[in-house]
Amino acid sequence: MWQATENELESIAIGAGILGTGGGGNPYIGQLRARQAIRQWGSVDVLAPDELPEDARVVCVGGIGAPTVGIEKVRDLQSYHALRAIEDYTGENATALISNEIGGSNSVEPLIAAAMAGLPVVDADGMGRAFPEFQMKTFFVYGVPCCPMAVSDEKGNSVVIRETIDPRWAERLARSVTIQMGCVACYAVAPMSTEQVRRTAVPLTLSLARDLGDAVKTARHHGDDPLEAILSICPGKVLFSGKVVDLERRTTAGFARGSLTIDGLDAYAGERMVIEFQNENLVARRDGVVVCVVPDLICAVATDLGEPVTTELMRYGLRVTILGFPAPALWTSAQGLAVAGPQAFGYDVDYVTLAV
Amino acid sequence: MLVGVDVGGTNTDAVLMDGPALIHAVKLPTTPDVTAGIIDAMRELLAELPADARIDAVMVGTTHFTNALLERRELAPTAVLRLCLPATQLLPPLVDWPGELREAMGGFTYMVGGGHEFDGREISPLDRSEIRWAVADMRRQGVRAVAVSGVFSPVNGEHESAAAAIVREEAPDLRVCVSHENGRTGLLERENAATLNAALGELAGRIIRGIEGAIEALGVEAPLYLSQNDGTLMDADFASRFPVLTISSGPTNSMRGAAWLSGIRDGIVVDVGGTSTDVGALVNGFPREAAVAVEMAGVRTNFRMPDTVSIPLGGGTVVVPDPLRIGPESVGYRLTEAGRVFGGDTLTTTDVAVAGGRVQIGNPQLVAGMDASLVHRVIAEIQDRVETAIDRVKLSRDDVPVALVGGGNILLGDDLAGASHVLRPENSGVANAIGAAIAQVGGQVERVYSLEGMGREQAVADCSAAAIARAVSAGADPATIEVVEIDEVPLTYVPSNATRVRVKAVGNLPGLHRSAG
Repeated sequence: MWQATENELESIAIGAGILGTGGGGNPYIGQLRARQAIRQWGSVDVLAPDELPEDARVVCVGGIGAPTVGIEKVRDLQSYHALRAIEDYTGENATALISNEIGGSNSVEPLIAAAMAGLPVVDADGMGRAFPEFQMKTFFVYGVPCCPMAVSDEKGNSVVIRETIDPRWAERLARSVTIQMGCVACYAVAPMSTEQVRRTAVPLTLSLARDLGDAVKTARHHGDDPLEAILSICPGKVLFSGKVVDLERRTTAGFARGSLTIDGLDAYAGERMVIEFQNENLVARRDGVVVCVVPDLICAVATDLGEPVTTELMRYGLRVTILGFPAPALWTSAQGLAVAGPQAFGYDVDYVTLAV
Repeated sequence: MLVGVDVGGTNTDAVLMDGPALIHAVKLPTTPDVTAGIIDAMRELLAELPADARIDAVMVGTTHFTNALLERRELAPTAVLRLCLPATQLLPPLVDWPGELREAMGGFTYMVGGGHEFDGREISPLDRSEIRWAVADMRRQGVRAVAVSGVFSPVNGEHESAAAAIVREEAPDLRVCVSHENGRTGLLERENAATLNAALGELAGRIIRGIEGAIEALGVEAPLYLSQNDGTLMDADFASRFPVLTISSGPTNSMRGAAWLSGIRDGIVVDVGGTSTDVGALVNGFPREAAVAVEMAGVRTNFRMPDTVSIPLGGGTVVVPDPLRIGPESVGYRLTEAGRVFGGDTLTTTDVAVAGGRVQIGNPQLVAGMDASLVHRVIAEIQDRVETAIDRVKLSRDDVPVALVGGGNILLGDDLAGASHVLRPENSGVANAIGAAIAQVGGQVERVYSLEGMGREQAVADCSAAAIARAVSAGADPATIEVVEIDEVPLTYVPSNATRVRVKAVGNLPGLHRSAG
């Protein structure tokens, strides 16, 4: 067990940015909200899945909506309201919370609700990275029901989606409700058992985010190479390094799709990498050959400082290094790939695990 | 004729211009009394004014208000009234402010019912009685200025306007600023900017009247304009209402001046100083904006600075021959004592440039025996670092024109990679003052539109009309106003087609005829 205090939040934000694989949005507001919650209600205990009591009831909470709206109508305590709503509906009290997504600002959402509710948070999440849609969670891939789930706004409205025929329907209905609620809602899914968390969650990812952020900060402080520091914490490899020479972006059906072209520098001079993204980076090709593909993680960081670069902030001339990390094993099974493999995103590419 | 003055951290520069011709330039050290420095510089200029000529306008880019915030002095006790409940309570106004600045302004914050959703619906009705209570409390606390911020006021500013009307009714002596007048989405940043603006209001009135009075005392009867951080001007009345817009106008003025001097509208400006080199991109004669928010005195705002890359390399940068190391140390303004060609004992980039025959300054004999291969390596390394910086700020891989300005530009050759051609305009040492003098009057508006019942063209037309109206109220001649920039970004994850539109309009000063700068 460890404690998430105000001090850990900056590191978690950097680490969650790296694990966000280009998506996850601007981390500033999330970090500030978590800081306020911890200042107001105290720090939060973080338990490894192994440390959970056998009879724990674990509720997954997360934000749903539009990041561009979230910088204006900044989120409040919606995740706490959703937690209370699902507790009421199921008649069960949560004994811990868990993150739905470690990549980006969703990583801190459970810390906010947990600080207020006085509950611990599990050191694990449902993605081990970032994905754009609700149904793309390891919990649901391995049979945890996604319903009932509650969606709450800041006004006191809560909607419980009692049952859907599959998690895609839950995403579709929750998103419609969210738009009516003003596009910055939170959801909470009916409690999971300890056994379900241990079997279906990607373990130890909150501490991974914290350690990645710590390593980057320490490397910067000592003038060491932040990329080496990142790779020393999380097994992976440098896929490419160069400068951004082209960026093609289009917003279709609410998602930012496009491709990013990087010309190699130094050891990669004369080569080119093209990355396809849909909010997150999904397929990386080096001189036309696929070298890393979703669900493996394709992370762009600024070559000099190790700062994660989201697709929104990409622009011509940026010096970036592309890191690849093998996906958590939960994603590389047949069931995992059916939900979050390359074909699930419409790419005619076979998944091959990144060799590290 | 026009007078342009730009107050920098080190120097106050001023120029006298007759149409496109630079008549005279002055450079004086910036004094603690900024207004006195402006007037001293103007007095020197006026001595060069031809007998039959008159001054038509005075344009000033100043650091008065930046200094006031940094030194936390003369700030009015200020309240923030946010129209938001029940939303956004976890992050109250002033949430991420440095404690000292917050205290200097009193730290009074109020949140009441009101505000809008992204699609223009009300979050809740405006809570008028709560606003009246808040105003009564402000009066008790001795508050003198109020910033009113409403959630999604860039979509719908009605609640802010109505709340401001209540404040004026209840307390006519309170100065009120509404955030949607500087509307960019980003509640905290916009609210912060409105709050800084409210706190600076009293001081702004005093300072601007002071400058006007001093100009008059010099015998000049001409209107005063102030530089805004987006490279345009506002008249004295408008500036008294929006002093926060003057903050960080200096870097923008420098790039605008360089654009004008070199004739480059789209390209790169490389400003080589004594200690560092700033490289930025010009788009349509204006600097490209950085994507990240600007911090003013530790407060995040919704303003944007020019997107520049700064590298520690200038004319005074120290060169260590073996093993070769260039910078980051610099002798800075002491170059003319410390540099070898000036009889000093520090080897600088300027000495190497002289040894390499790039320029003749100081005494070239003092570096005559320098190892030719060292000279070659240093010159190549300098060139390489600047070329890398140019490449980082370029907008595409095509070669573009490059303007080299600043005293250290002699370090660089004309064969820069990435440059279609290299220009070294004269008088680039006062580019910032020229940037102030040549500016047009501008207005910029950003709003969010739901495209449910409205086409994109309609949204852009509405935003353009608002930007034009704003340029007029800032003092532009309505007949000359044109829209120079339209930026449209669809909001992601919102299937209902909401879009953010930003429009910038500029026009000439009344009575002056010239084309877009």
